[in-house]
Amino acid sequence: MNHLSLIIKREYLTKVRNKSFIVMTFLSPIIFVGIFALVAYLSSLNNDTVRNISVLDESGFFTEEFNSTPHTRYQILTNVSLEEAKKQAETKEVYGLLYIPKTENLESLSKGITFYSEDSPSLSLMGDINDLLENKVNTLKLREAGIDSETIKSLHININANQETFKGMETSKLGSGLKLIFGGAAGYLLFMFIIIYGNMIMRSVIEEKTSRVIEVIISSVKPRLLLLGKIFGTTLAGITQFLVWVVLILVLMTVVTSVFGIDPAAGSPSQQVLENSVDGGTQQIIHDVMLEINNLPIANLIVMFVLFFVGGYLLYASLYASVGAAVDSETDTQQFMMPILMPLILAVYVGFFTVIDNPHGTVSQVFSYIPFTSPVVMLMRIPFGVPLWQQILSVVILFATFGGMVWFAAKIYRVGILMYGKKPTYKEIYKWLKY
Amino acid sequence: MEKLLVVNNVSKTYGDYKALNNVSIEVEKGSIFGLLGPNGAGKTTLIRIINQITMPDTGSVILDGEPLQPHHIQYIGYLPEERGLYKTMKVGEQALYFAQLKGLSKQEAKERLKYWFDRLEIGDWWDKKIQELSKGMAQKIQFVVTVLHNPKLLIFDEPFSGFDPINANLIKDEILKLREDGATIIFSTHRMESVEEMCDHIALIHKSNKILDGKLVDIKRQYRSNMFEIGLITPNHAVTAAILKDKFEIFPAAFKSINDELQYKVKVPDSVSKNEFVSYLMTQGQLTHFVEVIPSASDIFIETIQKN
Repeated sequence: MNHLSLIIKREYLTKVRNKSFIVMTFLSPIIFVGIFALVAYLSSLNNDTVRNISVLDESGFFTEEFNSTPHTRYQILTNVSLEEAKKQAETKEVYGLLYIPKTENLESLSKGITFYSEDSPSLSLMGDINDLLENKVNTLKLREAGIDSETIKSLHININANQETFKGMETSKLGSGLKLIFGGAAGYLLFMFIIIYGNMIMRSVIEEKTSRVIEVIISSVKPRLLLLGKIFGTTLAGITQFLVWVVLILVLMTVVTSVFGIDPAAGSPSQQVLENSVDGGTQQIIHDVMLEINNLPIANLIVMFVLFFVGGYLLYASLYASVGAAVDSETDTQQFMMPILMPLILAVYVGFFTVIDNPHGTVSQVFSYIPFTSPVVMLMRIPFGVPLWQQILSVVILFATFGGMVWFAAKIYRVGILMYGKKPTYKEIYKWLKY
Repeated sequence: MEKLLVVNNVSKTYGDYKALNNVSIEVEKGSIFGLLGPNGAGKTTLIRIINQITMPDTGSVILDGEPLQPHHIQYIGYLPEERGLYKTMKVGEQALYFAQLKGLSKQEAKERLKYWFDRLEIGDWWDKKIQELSKGMAQKIQFVVTVLHNPKLLIFDEPFSGFDPINANLIKDEILKLREDGATIIFSTHRMESVEEMCDHIALIHKSNKILDGKLVDIKRQYRSNMFEIGLITPNHAVTAAILKDKFEIFPAAFKSINDELQYKVKVPDSVSKNEFVSYLMTQGQLTHFVEVIPSASDIFIETIQKN
């Protein structure tokens, strides 16, 4: 068996057998699902509460407008003064009192309307009430001006310009959205993976130094092999953990949702939006989404996702490894953390602001070749159509940089062991490269 | 004698610091070579160069007739001064891992480990983790890991540190046995009594330079000072002492004896032969003790360092 596979095997087994690793592997999904269940449970509680609202409409314009919904119940008061209504509202279990004064004309109406409640009312409820009143007043005004609201509706025409490339491929807003979701999800996943497992690689590189085993090891294998083995071994352990998480979360989610009867999407805003448009075209939307997904270059995306994800992860892993190689203990790593995270954050920013604005602009192009940002930026650009040679060039640059980084880290590692117990500065590391 | 290792004019500089300056050594096959020197002299740098942990700036290293190459690491067993093992790994797994890194097959490594574990009576530690062992126990494992692949050249940097006297003795015997079985050993230590007992050949490095090199016996001969320890029974000690003081350079001496005698170390001028000196002493009284003072390795070490 050659050295690299031996090292990978050892790293992998050491990580996977580590007690805290095992605990985290099984605990994280439980915590995740637990938090999810808690939030879902709490928001379902929230939804169950019914708000009683008394309405005192002295103007008489709105008597027929307040229709009770499952969560808000309107009670129209008649033949009481404002003072009495307030007293009533305070003594009874009423959320609030909406008071609409009697006025001469519609213009002055807006000034006198008041909502009384014990605490500040919820924003969404106030929004709903304001919309309701405004609509009614507008309709009344239009009628006053002699225009029928039906006429207005019939005059309104929706425009949604069709998008088509010169080659005849249809594009659409929905498609762009999907592309962004794909790119964003890929970038976010990479970001998470690097942050979770990068530190693990760094710690693993420091391990030989803290346990003083370094000289024995380094007189048996080349530092480059050792670092490569550590990066691959730890990555495999990370992938194992990640897969366990995904499977466990899926299983637990299924169990939780079926046992507690929680609808996973309940209470989320999208649910309400969907509910509103349910008659109009859920079917239509699903159909459109499927159509757009079919329009995406699926095979290209999957291959490039794998390549950029692996390449991007390995590159950042080798950066973490270099930090580990430069220091003696974890406490010395702080000063090197920022320079690693900066390009990653930059990549996400460029991805979400520049690429969305102009997928093929100069900035997007440049950043999709720079290896520290290309995994995120290029992945976000690909759905918008990038020539294959550009994609390949970017992948090649990425992997070449990874190789270079490992060489760099190995160099630092070899020299770093000769300098026990000294906290290195950037200047010294530069000098080490020349040894 | 055939040379296993030849280091030719090796220099190494770290930044502004010169760690080794034109150092050459030759290690004979089957010998125990003592690499001595104060802390920070450059011994460890030289050892690291031989182990290819770091490269020399100038000069060359020849192992068994070939310039040093990466594959040579399997012929070398190195026990560094800064030593340790993976704390959370089990003893057996760990030993197997290192053996395989040194090029042994898993099967072969297992057989040899069994031999060594039986020999050092540590067989039942196989499934223990290093962190559960005492320091001395871990050192034993480390020793086994170092010698397991039957290297031609063994380099021990302070091999006895961390051992109690019983285990230190055990390890010393093992080292001597390895030499008998054909291994060549480079041995770096500050414990001069073990240099005295074990080394055939020594080199002394001080401030990056080699300042002394040769067979231990030759060096001792070189450092002999014609000093003799004598015991003399005389009618009047005070008178004889005065006479001796007049004729020679004398130093107080103390050795165990059942006689009431005059005890001195006497430096004899080169012009006077041993026989003449003995004859002269016999005229002064009854000679009960006559021994040449041989410089100890420790004396040579201190004297040479102070001279430089």
